[in-house]
Amino acid sequence: MSQTSSNTPARTDDEGKDNDGAKNLQFITFRVGKEEYGVDIMAVREIKGWSPATRLPNSPHFVRGVINLRGLMVPIYDLRARFGGGETEITRTHVVIIVKVGERMFGVLVDAVSDILTITPDQIKPAPEMDSTVDSTFLRGLITIKERMVALLVLEKLFTTNEVDEAKLIAESAA
Amino acid sequence: MDDQLEDFKKTFFEESTDLLGMAEMHLMDLSITEPSAESLGAIFRSVHSIKGGAGAFGMERLVKFTHSFESVLDALRSGKITIDKSRHDLLMKGFDVVSDLVREAKGDVQLPADREATVLADLNDWWPQDGGHGGSGGGTAKAAVAVKKIQKFIVRFKPLRTLYAKANEPLLILRQIKNLGNAIIACTTGGVPTLDRFDPEEAYIGWIIQIETDIGEAALMEVFEFVDVDSELSIQLQPDGPQTIETPFAAAAPATTEDPGQEVAKTAQAAAPAKDGGKEKEASEKSAAVTSIRVDLDKIDRLVNMVGEIVITQAMVAEQLKQLNIESKNLMNGLESMQQHTRELQDSVMSIRAQPVKSVFQRMPRLVRELASTLNKDVRLVTAGENTEVDKTVIEQLSDPLTHMIRNSVDHGIEMPDKREAAGKPREGTILLSAEHRSGRIVIQIVDDGGGINRERVKQKCIEKGLINPDAQLTDEEIDNFIFLPGFSTAEKISNVSGRGVGMDVVKKNIQALGGRVNVVNKPGQGSRFVLSLPLTLAVLDGMVVTVGAERYVLPLTSIIELLRPTPEMISKLITHGDLIHIRGEYIRLLYVHDVFNIRDAITNPADALVVLVEVDGGQKVGLVVDEVIGQQQVVIKSLESNYRQIEGVSAATILGDGRVALILDVIGLRQILLDRAASTHPRTLEAAS
Repeated sequence: MSQTSSNTPARTDDEGKDNDGAKNLQFITFRVGKEEYGVDIMAVREIKGWSPATRLPNSPHFVRGVINLRGLMVPIYDLRARFGGGETEITRTHVVIIVKVGERMFGVLVDAVSDILTITPDQIKPAPEMDSTVDSTFLRGLITIKERMVALLVLEKLFTTNEVDEAKLIAESAA
Repeated sequence: MDDQLEDFKKTFFEESTDLLGMAEMHLMDLSITEPSAESLGAIFRSVHSIKGGAGAFGMERLVKFTHSFESVLDALRSGKITIDKSRHDLLMKGFDVVSDLVREAKGDVQLPADREATVLADLNDWWPQDGGHGGSGGGTAKAAVAVKKIQKFIVRFKPLRTLYAKANEPLLILRQIKNLGNAIIACTTGGVPTLDRFDPEEAYIGWIIQIETDIGEAALMEVFEFVDVDSELSIQLQPDGPQTIETPFAAAAPATTEDPGQEVAKTAQAAAPAKDGGKEKEASEKSAAVTSIRVDLDKIDRLVNMVGEIVITQAMVAEQLKQLNIESKNLMNGLESMQQHTRELQDSVMSIRAQPVKSVFQRMPRLVRELASTLNKDVRLVTAGENTEVDKTVIEQLSDPLTHMIRNSVDHGIEMPDKREAAGKPREGTILLSAEHRSGRIVIQIVDDGGGINRERVKQKCIEKGLINPDAQLTDEEIDNFIFLPGFSTAEKISNVSGRGVGMDVVKKNIQALGGRVNVVNKPGQGSRFVLSLPLTLAVLDGMVVTVGAERYVLPLTSIIELLRPTPEMISKLITHGDLIHIRGEYIRLLYVHDVFNIRDAITNPADALVVLVEVDGGQKVGLVVDEVIGQQQVVIKSLESNYRQIEGVSAATILGDGRVALILDVIGLRQILLDRAASTHPRTLEAAS
């Protein structure tokens, strides 16, 4: 881990995150089961406790529903269910990470938030080549922190609003 | 100063759009046999005003054309020439040229240099201009036919402050005067005091007009009909012979009438000195402010959002109080009046955003005209109910679907003139575009007297494309509705107008996305009628809150016919149509919301549940089976699409009193899901595959 200049995440400009320069990148990491994942801190709007969501009919199993976030309709996705681990049984410790990607705002249900990481771009290792049938575009890369592996996610690839993709997922989960 | 000029220009273009629209409407309504003087006058004035503005901003091309055009209009209005069908078309063409030229001047389009050439030549042919475009518009026409005796008048006109207070505009009067004959107008500014004694609301400026005209004193007086009590006015007949204007006030440079462009520019400047210390524009702006103001749209939208939040909060408070179980009459009364006020507030705010559909309808006549001439058809567009008001958000979304549908009517609906004649119809086809309010919705109809939808051909096409089984027994209505299928097009050859097979499905989708519906009533041989029904606003909705299992849903109140708790005897099964409910001699299909939405732990037996009879398109009814009805409530519509996507059977979402989200059901969408499921046993329709 490289040096963090301050405790609070430094809100750098957007260009900071995609440049290959020496600029530091920050990720929020969280747990789902034993796995640890990270998302770009710039995308995170807030982290909140679970509040009951209204079911959306005929949606994929990993869509937990939609909540009212200060007047906005925000869909909540279940990351565990998305990775095939079944629906999360919600307890009081579960949290929802609200992210905004482009114009779209949505929440991701995870077990717990663990850390804020500050790393340099070269610390991100590419994910190993997979079977070409597995879509791995949602994986930005892997980093190792104190012997732990953290998978960096591209949430918008994971939770698209494309109906065709969704239909495929519904079919997969049904099979 | 540049900014100011830009502002003026902007206003000019805005006004031009209005003027063009208005004139176009008059032109459309103009009877060829008996053109009304009022319409001709209105058309003439519009063109003339545009010419005036164009002159002030040095748009020469526009000035040149409008000049010729207005001469013809003037001759027409004074009865020197008459109109017939082809001449009427010429006027229409002239109009299109003017609106094109305005757009060019605005910088929206680049026109070929000869855009106006033919029309201009035709216009000159009809009513020859003497000496090109010399002389003023009115003057040219008058001079050419100087039958009546020309008299010379001196008019002294000095508006009082009350004239401006009543929102009169002297510029318009002066323009009108100029149309009456050869006028020299001078402004008398001698009454303007020094700045320290200057009262911005007082009227100081007057005009002296020397006019040569054949209309007589009475007609001249008529111009001042509405303002004579609010001004110092005198009209004197001058003896013949050269006259110079006497100027009782100091330094007033008379505007001369040498070149039309320059002339109008000068008058425009003289009459609208506006910001440069002149007070009349200011004064008239001030008096206008009493009746209307311009407000930034963002501000209104913010207000609308805020009111939406208040409605939600109010519902929340009401619910909390109910749970507290306090018996307090005062509290309940207070809550009730708050509810009423909130509602009124909401209505007022919504009415701010309401606009007449005119802005959309105005674009259609030209579309029809141009299409008809490309296709060599004779089509007349009649509009009605242009002043029907509907929320701005709806208006914005209306333009595309309407354009599509009108285009379709001209292209596919109306037949070629010869074919029409053979069928015993007038050669000219008619399309009626109308709008009206009907039970809290706006209903827009597009009716044509063309050939209607050819059901045989539609069916044939569907079989060809594998959309239906060749042996399928289809009702006429079902066939008619195939035109809304994606990728469907019956046009025998693809024209560049329509017939690419995109259109009606997009129309339907767009309208449905707005919470509206579209229907077609088809009478082969006689024409077709498309009916669009849309909510008046996209921001709020009166709804009925129902439960299904643990979920709550909102049903739009406008679609509900009745609620009932059926007895087991009322329910019967039909293999092909699922469960039916028998009510007052009518069999209505039941739609289980829990089934369509896959909700567990809902009541499955309709006899234990509630049935909500709702109307879907075309007067058809469906019985929705829900668990319980909670109550009626006004809800604020929230889009699901901004963060998620459209869900079939759901039109939007809302926030209920407890802060939770409830989905607003889209009855038509629900039925569609049902139909699609039923259709999956038959060959798949395109709709399901898309």
